[in-house]
Amino acid sequence: MTKADESGAVAGTLRGGPRRRRVRTAVPLPLLLPGAVALAFLLLPLLALLLRAPWSSLPSLLTSTEVWQALQLSLLSATAATAVSLVLGVPLAWLLARTEFPGRGLVRALVTLPLVLPPVVGGVALLLALGRNGVVGQWLDSWFGITLPFTTAGVVVAESFVAMPFLVISVEGTLRAADPRYEEAATTLGASRFTAFRRVTLPLIAPGIAAGAVLAWARALGEFGATITFAGNFPGRTQTMPLAVYLALQNDPEAAIALSLVLLTVSIAVLAGLRDRWMAGA
Amino acid sequence: MTDPIPDGLDAHLVVARPAFHLDLTLTAAPGEVVALLGPNGAGKTTALRALAGLTPLTSGRLRLDGEELDGTPPESRPVGVVFQDYLLFPHLTALDNVAFGPRCHGATKAESRAQAAKWLDRMGLAEHAGAKPRRLSGGQAQRVALARALATRPRLLLLDEPLAALDARTRLDVRSQLRRHLAEFEAVAILVTHDPLDAMVLADRLVVIEQGRVVQEGTPADIARHPRTDYIAHLVGLNLYRGRAEGHTVKLEAGPSISTTEDLTGDAFVAFPPSAVTLFRDRPTGASARNLWRCEVAGLETHGDQIRADLTGELPLAADLTTVAAAELDLHPGVAVWATVKATQTHAYPA
Amino acid sequence: MTRSVRRTRRTLQMAGASVAALLALSACSSSSSDDNSSAKTKSDTSSSASPKLSGSITVFAAASLKESFTTLKADFEKAHPGTTVTFSFGGSDTLAAQITSGAPADVFAAASAKTMALVTAKNDTDTTPATFVRNQLEIATLPGNPDKISSLKDLTKPSLKVVLCDKTVPCGAAAQKALDASKLKLTPASYEEDVKSALNKVVLKEADAAVVYKTDVKAAGSKVEGVEFPESANAINDYPIALLKNAPNPTVAKAFIALVQSAEGQQVLNEAGFLKP
Repeated sequence: MTKADESGAVAGTLRGGPRRRRVRTAVPLPLLLPGAVALAFLLLPLLALLLRAPWSSLPSLLTSTEVWQALQLSLLSATAATAVSLVLGVPLAWLLARTEFPGRGLVRALVTLPLVLPPVVGGVALLLALGRNGVVGQWLDSWFGITLPFTTAGVVVAESFVAMPFLVISVEGTLRAADPRYEEAATTLGASRFTAFRRVTLPLIAPGIAAGAVLAWARALGEFGATITFAGNFPGRTQTMPLAVYLALQNDPEAAIALSLVLLTVSIAVLAGLRDRWMAGA
Repeated sequence: MTDPIPDGLDAHLVVARPAFHLDLTLTAAPGEVVALLGPNGAGKTTALRALAGLTPLTSGRLRLDGEELDGTPPESRPVGVVFQDYLLFPHLTALDNVAFGPRCHGATKAESRAQAAKWLDRMGLAEHAGAKPRRLSGGQAQRVALARALATRPRLLLLDEPLAALDARTRLDVRSQLRRHLAEFEAVAILVTHDPLDAMVLADRLVVIEQGRVVQEGTPADIARHPRTDYIAHLVGLNLYRGRAEGHTVKLEAGPSISTTEDLTGDAFVAFPPSAVTLFRDRPTGASARNLWRCEVAGLETHGDQIRADLTGELPLAADLTTVAAAELDLHPGVAVWATVKATQTHAYPA
Repeated sequence: MTRSVRRTRRTLQMAGASVAALLALSACSSSSSDDNSSAKTKSDTSSSASPKLSGSITVFAAASLKESFTTLKADFEKAHPGTTVTFSFGGSDTLAAQITSGAPADVFAAASAKTMALVTAKNDTDTTPATFVRNQLEIATLPGNPDKISSLKDLTKPSLKVVLCDKTVPCGAAAQKALDASKLKLTPASYEEDVKSALNKVVLKEADAAVVYKTDVKAAGSKVEGVEFPESANAINDYPIALLKNAPNPTVAKAFIALVQSAEGQQVLNEAGFLKP
């Protein structure tokens, strides 16, 4: 907005001058109108939250340890889930974008499955797979004594399951758009395919990875269904902000609104901060 | 192999694709610069990629200094490539682009940077070492790419259209610099281009390929004088015909005969430059010229202060004339003209 | 979603049970015309001039009522051709919030007096809420009760993974009340968002035990084993039902409430594990 205004001002002072570069063209109505409606549609519920927020009870809420615990846990687990998604998701995206193997189309569709799966179903699926009695979980339990449900690690697992597809899809798209010949150039210089990926491809697609990571982080932060189903709800251990919000909604809707505001403020602050730092060049 | 293993390149490249077949024999001695010249789609770039190991050979062989390279992955081949659009890594400085190869070959960070600095210095780019590729001019980028390829000390240097991305003025400078660097290079250099001038200036030997096959091979001078296909003749700016020679006359396969000064028998080519052609509106009287054909102007093109007329009719040919002459003749497409060429200005050679 | 998956299976099981129950009922109701007539008198007194019921009603009911109310709906629609009963099952709190926000419902059947109070507080009820059933807590254990759990105190063993409902939902509040009454301190693995997901953790063998309602244990069939505990007497939940103020079809709604409170309705609810009020 400021940029447009500035360029407008410059155009105004230099009207008719030879350095006037940009002519302001009218925004077409068929784009402006739906765009404005979309913005209003997205912002209105948030505005309503702000309008109905119990501002007077906010200070007491913000000093409650349970809220801080939940917020801390939310930030920690969303960040951990993003890290897991990056470590595992970027290589998967590379495989999907850069290698040929039978059934790749099917694999890609399967990767997006957690996007369409209702998160609660995802949570049940995770229980069936990694639960104490699950397909894999029973071995984790009997061999290593690891049980994921009802633990913070379980929260990270649930959030990763839901968030990773966002990262994979975003990174795969960036990889497809990136010129694979840079990797070739690197191999002619003696780089193995992995070195080429690490030293050339990775820096080249960094903006796409950052965008995917932000998406995944945001998704993980708001994750509710899979988390409460797989990891349960225990303050300080598995109760993230969305869970706290949901349960507060049961008997104290005002507190729920206040908690939502806290979550929103923190996430907007983090996302805006990241955008400035990571995506300045993009 | 009964011969002692020769140094340099000894390759028979066969790459079969559904719509394309490359079958190319290519040899080069160390220190030699060979240009692969051919029209678009001839398979030049495929040949280059096959040499670099980026495209697998369907069959054939690839030996460099006696070592079999077919099946060796690209990162293990002693091959350096300068890509058409250079493909400098945009996130690395010029110095780090050049240091990339030595680093991959096991040098420490400091060593590889020192080597890279030396290479950039040789290229006259020392002051641009810290620049990112997008801040380099086309000519500078080309030299960084060359330095990057040479920094791995390759035994085979491949250059894919090294000057194509440059504008005409830069091209002149870069071409002469590249010629100097290639002359200094002690191993085999293969250059792919569709520009005959680049090929002739830069290469010791030309290999002309069309549709995946070698159609002619030789020194630039040899090929310029004795083109064997329309494409080459066009490139070097000659009218070229094929026919049967009987003494001083070559009877063309389709159409008239051409008188020449050479005395030949059997299949032969006749070539003459467009500037050897003289045009008349009316049939020249008293002319002894036996090489006289009735033609029609199909098109006119300006080349500097010259006009090239594309003629059809008895003998399709290209004729160069001055703008003044063209105006006097009132040439425009569809005009009927008479074209003559003196026998002394033609050149016939066995096919 | 978990719930609906599980519930489908359970509904199938219930269907078998309810068919049997209906058969028993129809035999019953034909002999005891007493209850039938009392239901009729009630509806007659409230609505003077409509002998024949028609139209549809929407009933907002606590999730735990799903099986029994679905049975009653079939019964009701059969007895009064031309009527349709539509349900919205959910957490009582959520339903209460929807009603106070103007959801078009005729009847509200809540799982606790507290949630009903949310609606009466906004004067959204038309009749005084009446308790129609009560629900008692029970411990759900793995089939066969491998951990030999026999009391609330047994749940405090540290080796056990126990899930409770969150304190904000009725079953959690009730469990807390029972724990407090017996001066027990229990740290569960999780405070689940509702009773069905607490039960599910046992069904999926992720937890060793859960404190849930008797009705939920019954509905889960052989997947869990119920253990009654004496302390549950201290935490019995009343289920109130009320006609809503803005009910689009109060006549039919009243008839449905009457059915729920009738002996016939009580028997269906009893089958599901509910206690008489």
